[in-house]
Amino acid sequence: MAKTLYDKVWQAHIIDQLGEDSLIYIDRHLIHEVTSPQAFAGLNEKSRKVRCPERTVGTMDHSISTRSLAIDACGPQNALQLHTLANNCEQHGIQLFPVGHQKQGIVHVMGPELGLIQPGMTVVCGDSHTATHGAFGALAFGIGTSQVEHVLATQTLKQSRAKSMLIKVNGTLPVGITAKDIILAIIGRIGHAGATGHVIEYAGEAISGLTMEERMTVCNMSIEAGAKAGLIAPDDTTFEYLKGREYAPKGQDWEDAVAYWKTLYTEEGASFDTVVELEAADIAPQVTWGTNPGQVIGVDAPVPGPDDFSDPIEKESAKKALGYMGLSAGDKLADVAVNHVFIGSCTNGRIEDLRAAAHIAKNGKVVDSVTAIVVPGSGHVKKQAEAEGLDKIFTDAGFEWRLPGCSMCLGMNDDKLVAGDRCASTSNRNFEGRQGRGARTHLVSPAMAAAAAITGRFADVREFQE
Amino acid sequence: MSNSIQGFTAHTGSAVPLDQANVDTDQIIPKQFLTGVTRAGYGKHLFHDWRYLDLEEKVPNPEFSLNKPEFAGASILLTRENFGCGSSREHAPWSLNDFGFKTIIATSYADIFYGNCINNQLLPVALASSEMDALFAAVEANPALEITVNLPEQTVSFGETSFSFDIADHHKTNLLKGLDAIGQTLELTDKISAYEAKQPVWV
Repeated sequence: MAKTLYDKVWQAHIIDQLGEDSLIYIDRHLIHEVTSPQAFAGLNEKSRKVRCPERTVGTMDHSISTRSLAIDACGPQNALQLHTLANNCEQHGIQLFPVGHQKQGIVHVMGPELGLIQPGMTVVCGDSHTATHGAFGALAFGIGTSQVEHVLATQTLKQSRAKSMLIKVNGTLPVGITAKDIILAIIGRIGHAGATGHVIEYAGEAISGLTMEERMTVCNMSIEAGAKAGLIAPDDTTFEYLKGREYAPKGQDWEDAVAYWKTLYTEEGASFDTVVELEAADIAPQVTWGTNPGQVIGVDAPVPGPDDFSDPIEKESAKKALGYMGLSAGDKLADVAVNHVFIGSCTNGRIEDLRAAAHIAKNGKVVDSVTAIVVPGSGHVKKQAEAEGLDKIFTDAGFEWRLPGCSMCLGMNDDKLVAGDRCASTSNRNFEGRQGRGARTHLVSPAMAAAAAITGRFADVREFQE
Repeated sequence: MSNSIQGFTAHTGSAVPLDQANVDTDQIIPKQFLTGVTRAGYGKHLFHDWRYLDLEEKVPNPEFSLNKPEFAGASILLTRENFGCGSSREHAPWSLNDFGFKTIIATSYADIFYGNCINNQLLPVALASSEMDALFAAVEANPALEITVNLPEQTVSFGETSFSFDIADHHKTNLLKGLDAIGQTLELTDKISAYEAKQPVWV
């Protein structure tokens, strides 16, 4: 029977069949300060060891300052968590990239740029945006802390096979439309829980034409559609990205690895539980209007109202979301004023994202009523951006240029908003209170965020294209 | 404690309604409470933004169902579809457990949250939308209504009504026996080693 990419990666990792569950091997485990301390404490309580310390890599990202390299810059509790991670990594022989290290970064930016993530791997992390790594054709998913402990102790997880979903994006992307717009349009189509219980494979001309960084943006938000994971088949774009990276195979190993990676694709005639198709030509720059990522529209569409939904639950959700967001049915996003802009996160904190934002930012100045921050995804991204002079473009235009971290995506540090603030954000969640209690988040692409900074509203980025 | 050794069999208690879809884990336990290094003490921050009118948690929001006197002491949470979506933070089930919930009854759950509940002996029951409507109506009519969730029988019963629910066998077994999941897997160490020995060197 013809196999999907997911079938191949899944079957290659089965150690044992335990009834309807499989015990699967985990090739790569990423950890950070927030979801790992209780896992290490659990190991220590039972005097258990980390089975394969070399397969786990740690970084500090969630609860660190983006203004200071001091570990206690965000208070004693955050500092305790960071020290705990450092102590746990030291005690168990795990490689850690702490604050200030050149390789430190948001866990899902750091891993790929070091070549730690390779096609066909299983990758887990105590973070739902682990789906990012599916861009390499790796089966990557977020786990809870009890599972982090299980992976540390056994290098395995018990898992049930998920259902499969094919999402095809046909045709070529119109000018001004980005990977972020693709994934938001997909979530808008299938809904915030549309892929629950599924592993998505993204395919089609518009997907295979994306760079690796763009593919990571698409896969990153698979979880916002409820998916277990999102995959893209590896191809020459993938191999070219990986070649020469620090942890990528070298010499004969590289040749052997590529030969294997080339077998990782969905075979002709393989069947999926669900198939969804979109036309790239239909996608406009996306902006969320509500409080979940499925509540999204093209920037030129009117804000919907409860009456636009037939499902009573969606109707009620729309009513509540509009109330929280301070919007009304029929509002034009082009008239909605923002007072904060956040460019960064594991969704859109990579060098290509910063280039796209700088390309718009150089056309103007951040308007007086807006505070705009740019937070590179890692030490590498920061260094590269500075080498290209992007930091200068941003600061000249009135953006703040910060240190790498998760920052205002979730506001575990002091980068947070207050009630009533309205933010154009390149992050991944527009939940109530996500960026600060009572604050309103609109998810957009980096170019749209930069355009919002220099116009003070949701300007259509297509108007900025030469 | 992870991998608790206590088992879940049946629970009888009253319920509190949270009649809303897509309740995400940021809402269950906001980020400012994730800076702990232990699994204890998260219950007081459960649903912080909705439950309190102030940041210091001194002024309860009287409109929020968990604060209403008629629902005091509830040990069952009733909610709607896609409960626990978003972040993978296990602090969500830790806070629900610590608050005193023994089971959740909802239309559906996000995947990671569901697994996290199982790993923390918090039973996530999924019922059909129409059954949830009946349950919400019954609790609204009588907030003290006693509801029994029976895991071996896979039923939710109240008054004369009884609904059955599905749960995967391995999840059911883990909840009933409260097994040490890591200890079980460690018994398969030879198989794990054999798998590792066959992996290509570049992985």
